Amino acid sequence: MTTAESKAPEVEPLRPIRSGRSRNHAEQWSWLFMRGSGVLLLVLIFTHLFINLFSGDGVNQIDFAFVAGKWASPLWQIWDFVMLVLAMIHGGNGMRLLINDYARRTWMRKTLKTLLAVCVTTIVVLGSLVIFTFDPCPLDASGDLLPGVPTFCEDVR
Amino acid sequence: MTATAEAPSKAGEVPSFDVTLRIQRMDPDGTPDHPAGEEYWEEFTLTMHGTDRVLDALHKIKWDVDGSLAFRRSCAHGVCGSDAMRINAKNRLACKTLLKDLNPKRPITIEPIKGLPVEKDLIVDMEPFFASYREIMPFLMTSGPTPERERLQSPEERARFDDTTKCIMCAACTTSCPVFWTDGQYFGPQAIVGAHRFIFDSRDEGEWDRLEILNDKAGVWKCRTAFNCTEACPRGIEVTKAISEVKKALNTGVV
Repeated sequence: MTTAESKAPEVEPLRPIRSGRSRNHAEQWSWLFMRGSGVLLLVLIFTHLFINLFSGDGVNQIDFAFVAGKWASPLWQIWDFVMLVLAMIHGGNGMRLLINDYARRTWMRKTLKTLLAVCVTTIVVLGSLVIFTFDPCPLDASGDLLPGVPTFCEDVR
Repeated sequence: MTATAEAPSKAGEVPSFDVTLRIQRMDPDGTPDHPAGEEYWEEFTLTMHGTDRVLDALHKIKWDVDGSLAFRRSCAHGVCGSDAMRINAKNRLACKTLLKDLNPKRPITIEPIKGLPVEKDLIVDMEPFFASYREIMPFLMTSGPTPERERLQSPEERARFDDTTKCIMCAACTTSCPVFWTDGQYFGPQAIVGAHRFIFDSRDEGEWDRLEILNDKAGVWKCRTAFNCTEACPRGIEVTKAISEVKKALNTGVV
C-alpha cells in the first residue's frame, strides 16, 4: 500500500448554512408568546362575543348606545384594549413568521416586515385612542351638547 | 430476483397485474426530446406480481426498459435509507412499499423527494440535509478521563431516547416538512431527531451545546407541528413528539 492510498479522504470544511443566530432567544419568546396570547385571546374573544351577541337582547341590542354604555366602564375599556393589543401582536407575529418563510430576498423581507410593523402600530395606536378618548356626548365651548348627539345624552347630563 | 425471474412461472402462483408508473424525470445533460434540466413525466407500463415492491418495478424499468432512469438504492431492504422518494404524493421508501398496496389500477406517481435540488431523475443533492445533521454535532461529547470500561446506563435511561436511535437518515421526514420546503433554512426534522438522540442520552454531556444550536432562528421554533414528518417516517419514529421534547427542554431548562 502506498502512502497516497493510505491517506484518509479529505473532508470538506463545514460551511455554515444558517441565516444567522438569533438575538437573546428571540424566537423562543416569540413561540411562548404565541401560546400564551393564543389561550388568553380565546377567553377574551369568546367572552366578548357572548356578551355582545348572546346575553341580554342578543345581536339586536348592538347600537351606538350599547357601545357607549360598555366603554363607560373601565373593565370593558381594559378588556377591549388587551384584546386589541394581543390580537394585533399575535396576528402580526404570525405574519412575520410567514414573511420569514416565504420572502426569500433580504430587501423583500425587510420591506414587508417594515410595512407590517407600521400597520400593527397604526392600528394599535388608533384603536387605543378610540377606546380611551371615546365620548358619546361631546360638548361645545359653551358647555352645551353638540347638535346630533344621541338622545340618551339628555338623561345622562 | 434474477433466479426466480428465469424459472418457468407456474400459473396462479403469485397473481400478476399490469401497473403504470408515472415517473418525474430530469436529465441535466438533456435528451433528444427534452432540453437539459427540464422536468417531465414519463409513463411505464409493466407486468408485476403481488409480491413486488415499487423498487422492483424501478429495477425492471432500469434493467429491461430504459437504462437511463436514475435512482438511489443500496440495501433494498429498508435499512440503509437510500431510496426515499415521493410515491403517490407521500414520502416512502421504494423498498418498503408494495405495489398492490398502492391501488395498481391507477398510475402510480413517483417523484424525487421535495425541497432538495434534483440532480437527475429521482436523485437529489443530499448535502443541505447532511449539513444540518453535522451542525447539531451528532457524536458523543464527554468531559473528564475516558473510563476503562463501558459507560454504564440503566434500561430506563436508554429508553428515554430509544425512539430516535431508529433513524436511518433517509430524509423522508425533512423533505415532507412544509416549513423545510419554503426556504430551506430550517434544520429540518431529521437534524432535530439526531440531536434528540444525544440530548437525552445520559452518557452525553453536550446537551446544552446542541440545545443552544436548536434555539437558533432556524431551529426548533420553526416547527409548526404539521405532523408530516411523523407520518412520513418509514421507521415509525414519533418525530413531532421528539421535536416537542426538545422545545420543552428549552422552555423548562430540564433535560
